[in-house]
Amino acid sequence: MPKISRKTVVTVLLYVGAVVIAPLFSKAPFYRHVLIMVGLYGLLGVAWNIMGGYTGLYSFGQSAFFGIGAYTSTMMLVKAGVSPWIGMLCGGILAAIVAAGVAYPTSRLRGPYFTIASQAFARTFQILMTNWDYVEGAIGIPLPLMPDTWRFMQFKDKIPYHIIIFGLLGIAILVCYYIANSRTGYYFRAIRDSEQVASALGINTVRQRIIAAMLSAFFTAIAGTFYAQYVLYIDPESVTHHALSIEIVMVAAVGGAGTIWGPVLGAAILMPISQYARAALGGAGRGIDLIIYGVIIMVIALVRPTGILGFFQRERTIEGEGGDDVDTTITAGTGSDDAVRGALGQS
Amino acid sequence: MRFGGLLANHDVTFDIYPGEILGLIGPNGAGKTTLFNCISGFLRPTEGTVLFKGENITGLKPHEICHRGLVRTFQITQPLRDMTVLENVMVGAFVRYPQTHQAREKAMEILRLTGLWSKRNRMGSELTIPDRKRLEIARALGAEPELLILDEAMAGLTPTEVQEAVELVKTIQAQGTTLFIIEHVMEAIMPIADRIVVLDAGRLIAEGPPSEIVQDERVIQAYLGEGRHAHRKEHSS
Ligand SMILES: Nc1ncnc2c1ncn2[C@@H]1O[C@H](COP(=O)(O)OP(=O)(O)OP(=O)(O)O)[C@@H](O)[C@H]1O
Ligand SMILES: [Mg+2]
Repeated sequence: MPKISRKTVVTVLLYVGAVVIAPLFSKAPFYRHVLIMVGLYGLLGVAWNIMGGYTGLYSFGQSAFFGIGAYTSTMMLVKAGVSPWIGMLCGGILAAIVAAGVAYPTSRLRGPYFTIASQAFARTFQILMTNWDYVEGAIGIPLPLMPDTWRFMQFKDKIPYHIIIFGLLGIAILVCYYIANSRTGYYFRAIRDSEQVASALGINTVRQRIIAAMLSAFFTAIAGTFYAQYVLYIDPESVTHHALSIEIVMVAAVGGAGTIWGPVLGAAILMPISQYARAALGGAGRGIDLIIYGVIIMVIALVRPTGILGFFQRERTIEGEGGDDVDTTITAGTGSDDAVRGALGQS
Repeated sequence: MRFGGLLANHDVTFDIYPGEILGLIGPNGAGKTTLFNCISGFLRPTEGTVLFKGENITGLKPHEICHRGLVRTFQITQPLRDMTVLENVMVGAFVRYPQTHQAREKAMEILRLTGLWSKRNRMGSELTIPDRKRLEIARALGAEPELLILDEAMAGLTPTEVQEAVELVKTIQAQGTTLFIIEHVMEAIMPIADRIVVLDAGRLIAEGPPSEIVQDERVIQAYLGEGRHAHRKEHSS
């Protein structure tokens, strides 16, 4: 285990501080809902990033794993009264297994071919769920109302949800940070740059790609369970829809794929925009958030193709001469502290 | 090795002895890189076997062969573009040193040896051709090969740079690594190679110490006569 540096401690404190302070600005349920969405999409973005950002596998099919998470815990709750916490873990593990099953046969695919395969998988999955009677098909499943308890992860108030989602996000970030600084993280990035070089240097690329896919799916499924518990109703349209896969990629791409805090920053920027736009325009504004997304993506692609955070970190890497810095993050940049502030201050 | 109707390597048998520098020369398209690909697991030979340290490694995956101590470089340099020079070398070092700090130390040692130290924080994509060539070698050294195979590591370098590369190769040999080197630059390979093998149109046409090779009739015809031509194409690498 690496020593815990001062920077890590400061980062954790800033994160916890921001999470605690953010909901205090307003008691309005909608404001707090937006914060929770930032946490949820932050988690989804961080999960995608392990695959897309570090390993260069641009999956446009993560909605399937979100769905697996949502359905696994919900079915376990509905059919057997199992606590969603256990359901969450089971959903994560199941998603990881499925991800391995998908990653293995697609391990020869690269770039756009991999992206297409991931999409095909997720769309097939949605069709399956829509036609599967055991899980109520297209009708969907309302979650049974439970008393307001932690055991069943159901609350009348938004604050417990806030704590849970940002706790899960914090764990995901820590895991990501640990991986990024370990051999696995270097291997992922080597694969992103060139699988040929990676294999010449002793990296079992197939195995590493499967590991990346499993980690990513695990956290995506966990987010799925959280969503089910938060909304208390799931159907294939809401938890396996293709648009969700795209939103996940957006969050990571806007903030900066391949950086630890990029996806969190992306969620902190995009979620308020889409949520408030939807609320302001009501039914008439359906899809307006997607139009706004489109504009943002175009601007970012033109001005900062590596995402907002990716841009800063790359710049610093080039200037920095402190090669002995033991606390090197994934791109040897040091933008994380600002990012926490930036990410959560935005909300 | 056969590609459809083309026999890129045919009836090629030779040995590499521990500690030596073996040179591989031959005109463009002779099948040198193909031979490397077969040895390093990037191609599965259609016929024949590759033995390394007495074991049959034919058909093993490149990463397995690397773990056994046989590491290659690429003729067309391939820096890991979005990683720094230091990180590039660390990727190689992780094979032997799973801990990040150990891999970093090993990589820094290699960067000093290969003259890339001052560029350790540059991104792979920013390097000039000579530095890319150095990085190819440095990255492979990270994996601590027993047998290092270099595919035209000196092509496209200025005479001074070639001289530096030659010194580096000698240092690597002195540290106990065996080398098998494809090289078009005659002035570079002839003085350092213990032995030379010559490929022409996929076949092994000569084998021996450099002094004999330069006098071999078939080699002169097949290869040395084309020396100029060989030099010209190196800008593409
Ligand atoms: N993957 C492949 N598929 C089909 N043909 C190939 C393949 N790789 C190489 N060849 C052919 O095999 C022959 C030998 O190529 P190779 O690259 O091994 O030559 P070389 O000796 O390394 O040449 P150079 O000096 O130009 O690097 C060439 O005719 C080439 O076109
Ligand atoms: Mg070649």
